[in-house]
Amino acid sequence: MKIEEMNRENEMIYSGHSACPGCGAALAVRFLTKTLGPNLAIALTASCWSIIAGVPPLTALKCPILHCPFPSAGSVGSGLRRGLNAKGMLDTTVVVLAGDGGTFDIGLQALSGAAQRNEDYIFVCYDNEAYMNTGMQTSSATPFGARTNTAPYPLFKEGQKKDIVQIMAAHSIPYAATATVAFPEDMENKFKFAKELKGFRFIHILSPCPPGWGTESSDTIELSRLAVSSGAFPLFEVKYGMEWRMTTPLEDKRTPLGDYLGIQRRFKDIDSERLKILQEEVNYEWELLQDKVRRSEILK
Amino acid sequence: MPFEVVSGSQAAAIAVQRVGVDLVAAYPITPQTAIVETLANYDAKGELGCDFVSVESEYSALACCNGAAAAGARVFTATASHGLAYMHEMIHWCSGARLPIVMVNVNRAIGAPWCLDPDQGDSLSQRDTGWMQIYCSGAQEVFDTVLQAYRLSEELLLPCMVVFDGFYISHTYEAVDIPDKEQVSKFIGPSNFKAQVVPGEPGNIQGIIPGEIQHQLVKKRSETMMFAPSLFEELNKSFEKIFGRCYRAVEVVAPIGAKTAIFTAGATAETVRWCLPKMEGTAMIQLRMFRPFPAEQIRSIIEKNNFERIVVIDRNCSVGVGGILAQELKAALYGMSKLPAVHDLILAGGIDLTGEMLGQMVEESDGNVKTGYKWGDELL
Repeated sequence: MKIEEMNRENEMIYSGHSACPGCGAALAVRFLTKTLGPNLAIALTASCWSIIAGVPPLTALKCPILHCPFPSAGSVGSGLRRGLNAKGMLDTTVVVLAGDGGTFDIGLQALSGAAQRNEDYIFVCYDNEAYMNTGMQTSSATPFGARTNTAPYPLFKEGQKKDIVQIMAAHSIPYAATATVAFPEDMENKFKFAKELKGFRFIHILSPCPPGWGTESSDTIELSRLAVSSGAFPLFEVKYGMEWRMTTPLEDKRTPLGDYLGIQRRFKDIDSERLKILQEEVNYEWELLQDKVRRSEILK
Repeated sequence: MPFEVVSGSQAAAIAVQRVGVDLVAAYPITPQTAIVETLANYDAKGELGCDFVSVESEYSALACCNGAAAAGARVFTATASHGLAYMHEMIHWCSGARLPIVMVNVNRAIGAPWCLDPDQGDSLSQRDTGWMQIYCSGAQEVFDTVLQAYRLSEELLLPCMVVFDGFYISHTYEAVDIPDKEQVSKFIGPSNFKAQVVPGEPGNIQGIIPGEIQHQLVKKRSETMMFAPSLFEELNKSFEKIFGRCYRAVEVVAPIGAKTAIFTAGATAETVRWCLPKMEGTAMIQLRMFRPFPAEQIRSIIEKNNFERIVVIDRNCSVGVGGILAQELKAALYGMSKLPAVHDLILAGGIDLTGEMLGQMVEESDGNVKTGYKWGDELL
């Protein structure tokens, strides 16, 4: 999609919000709100967006934002949905917005509980792969080999990134999908599809963070594209934990992972051995995903 | 009015059904479980009339209440002990957010090691969270207090904890006067507090603010809570007109000429009430409202009755300091011209209080010694 072709109607985000230049999360929420709004209420857990939203009574969005404590997003969202229902506001779309910390780590219990109860809202995780609001500390969404402020040089993040979509799919929720800001049409389609469904919907957005990843603010889109083309962050969706489908078919060949990591200072010290481990992990996960997609085709 | 024989836990649940709420968030913990089970039974029979959600933790139970109350819904949850401790962050948050949530806490000791006995330290250790706390001494009081808690909470826009002892009250069956929904609606109608989340209206609700604004909000919250004792008395006047019963924030039973007063809260007050006729010259001050701490009322009771000696029964212990009720009482007495001696009997963990122990404690509390304490096992 070219920028001129973008739909400029129904913008829900005000200019003057306090995101860093090039913030993937600000862009993601822009697409989210304009696609799901205007009748929209957001429960927002502690994350960069707690700051981006601004200082009350000012606000960055045209819809209500209910801030909530770090581990609570999944459950506050449940309450908000049920409270609005009790008050007769059944048409309002409820979104829970959380970072990777509030999703993969401290928020996982409430998220899992809400998903299992099939609560009727959309949980959106903008994943910048570390605790960025507090200044780049390791989370379980941080990829292997990355440097963080709790794994400073010569240390690096040990262990693989948690596969959150697979965890959510295992809850057999109606819809789970990945998205990036480099493919806004794909993202909008997913939000639109999710909006029409009932029950628990989960959307995982890769959200490049220029200060945290050590990238230029102008690189956010390119990074998102490389994450997809390298297979590090494939775009797909899964319905009821069973029907897996790739949503943005790749060219014949995936791009080398090194191209994606090379422009990020957090991977500056990665040696060839670690790069190999990471590439093998991406290859392995890719094959597993393709296998799920193939099985889904057969099941059809 | 129809009397029914019910447990304290059932009384709490029936009261919630009679009040009529929009959402109940449930998670089990001994000795609270019977409350959510009774509500679930109402739900099964189609008589609850609201959303009932079984969540995956106490933290989520209160978080769910937070979300619903922010949308303007009347909510209920109940917990005990470790469950209350696990909620701690949300407990603070709900008060700061000015949400009129009513929660029952059934007192139980907090580990380690595991212990199920009714130590009040679970709720008393939440004293600084900005919730009102009312302690009940029997099942009737539990029923009535739940009704009153919703009125208090929704008028002041502050959450309220209704507290009673595990087993002593939660599992003890008593005859309770249970009015029907129609009668209860004369005291408390449908909720009409303002929703914070209004779809279609922008709002940065509970978003980050500078410390100076937070200072003002805390001040406002504290000043608002100070209205609770007088509002409580006022509510009880209309409560009495409908139900023929009324309560005070601090209750006193004072035989003429009593120089010693036993000061306590919860089921222990009921034990003391039964022992008083055999204890000449001894009165009782029952603390019903613990937050806000009704210091003025307590001072005036002591002054009016000329109590020279107060014996506090503390079913808790702030390790390193002593009984919490005694600490709070002593702070409230500061500056009184005729200061009574304050002695404390600490029953932390879980020790049954007997008439003999009570008599011995009163006898051994020396009026010449300004303060002292004894552990329950020293009197056994």
